Amino acid sequence: MRNKLLDAAEKSSLRAEPLQFAVGDTVDVHTRILEGNKERIQIFSGVVIARRGSGTSEMFTVRRVVQGEGVERTFPTHSPKVAQVEVKRHARVRRAKLYYLRERTGKATRLKERRARPWEVQVNDNAK
Amino acid sequence: MSVGLLGKKIGMTQVYGDDGVIVPVTVIEAGPCVVLQVRTQGVDGYDAVQLGFDNIPRGKAPRSVRGHVTVLGGRRQAVRKSAGVEAGAKAGCEPKRFVREFRVDGGDHGLAVGQVLLADSLAGIQFVDVIGYSKGRGTTGVMRRHNFHGQPASHGAKRVHRHPGSIGQSADPSRVMRGTRMAGVYGGERVTVKNLRLVRTDNENNVVLVRGAIPGPVGSYVIVRRSEKNR
Repeated sequence: MRNKLLDAAEKSSLRAEPLQFAVGDTVDVHTRILEGNKERIQIFSGVVIARRGSGTSEMFTVRRVVQGEGVERTFPTHSPKVAQVEVKRHARVRRAKLYYLRERTGKATRLKERRARPWEVQVNDNAK
Repeated sequence: MSVGLLGKKIGMTQVYGDDGVIVPVTVIEAGPCVVLQVRTQGVDGYDAVQLGFDNIPRGKAPRSVRGHVTVLGGRRQAVRKSAGVEAGAKAGCEPKRFVREFRVDGGDHGLAVGQVLLADSLAGIQFVDVIGYSKGRGTTGVMRRHNFHGQPASHGAKRVHRHPGSIGQSADPSRVMRGTRMAGVYGGERVTVKNLRLVRTDNENNVVLVRGAIPGPVGSYVIVRRSEKNR
């Protein structure tokens, strides 16, 4: 976004520390859920298949297969309801959107694991 | 006391509310607005506060505009002064591009000429009305301008798919009723959007966030006033 006043307006709604994850990562997304008056954390784990948008409107999509049925959830990256995104595994991917995983089942959905890049390792340490 | 503010539409974005819900907002650069004139019942026949927003370079402003905000001097002024004519109070600020009045009939606004209003003068208000000029769309057909349905794509319809159809009766009354909706120039008119929630005021950047959309293109001038209905 170019206008500095727009940026300033958005700033308070952005995360102080940006989430560190990449497309292809297998992640656990911790979301805050209100049940009655109690707040609890629900975890959705799967592969990040897309990340789109910028500023407060940035979203990312996580895909997993539950009982043979593909399930995708899209989260706003900067939402306070997303408490934490825990990266479980990095994978080597060659494109920004992994929509091709939707047409695949079983073994074909596997992504080749890659080692964490130096900056990714450091961030994981901070999270703990 | 706040009467309202003049501002400029910056654009739309979204922010998170306290409960983590996304709120679509329009960012308005509101202020600094200078009180240029205070109209009173006795002198002007009505009570109002005149605000000015956005500077014009002095060299580009006509003398009448410069003279409105500051005392220019000159022979005529000197004559008037010597004749004992009392000049009105001047704000003593830069010439302003966007000048509008806010009626405050009967209300005690407590504002004086030269006072500067910032975005936080709206703080504490829940709902505002925003007045602007809608985007001009030029000459448009009835489907776009008045949301007519047009005519069938098939069943023998020929070259009339976006036409209005009948515009009235026959020999009686032998004329088209006044006000019949037709094609014409659409947009570019004054539009008031009422009861928009004031999400935030930010004095540092002189910015006001209003929930939802407001009329006009980005960069256009708008009037933000305290909501008439929902005070």
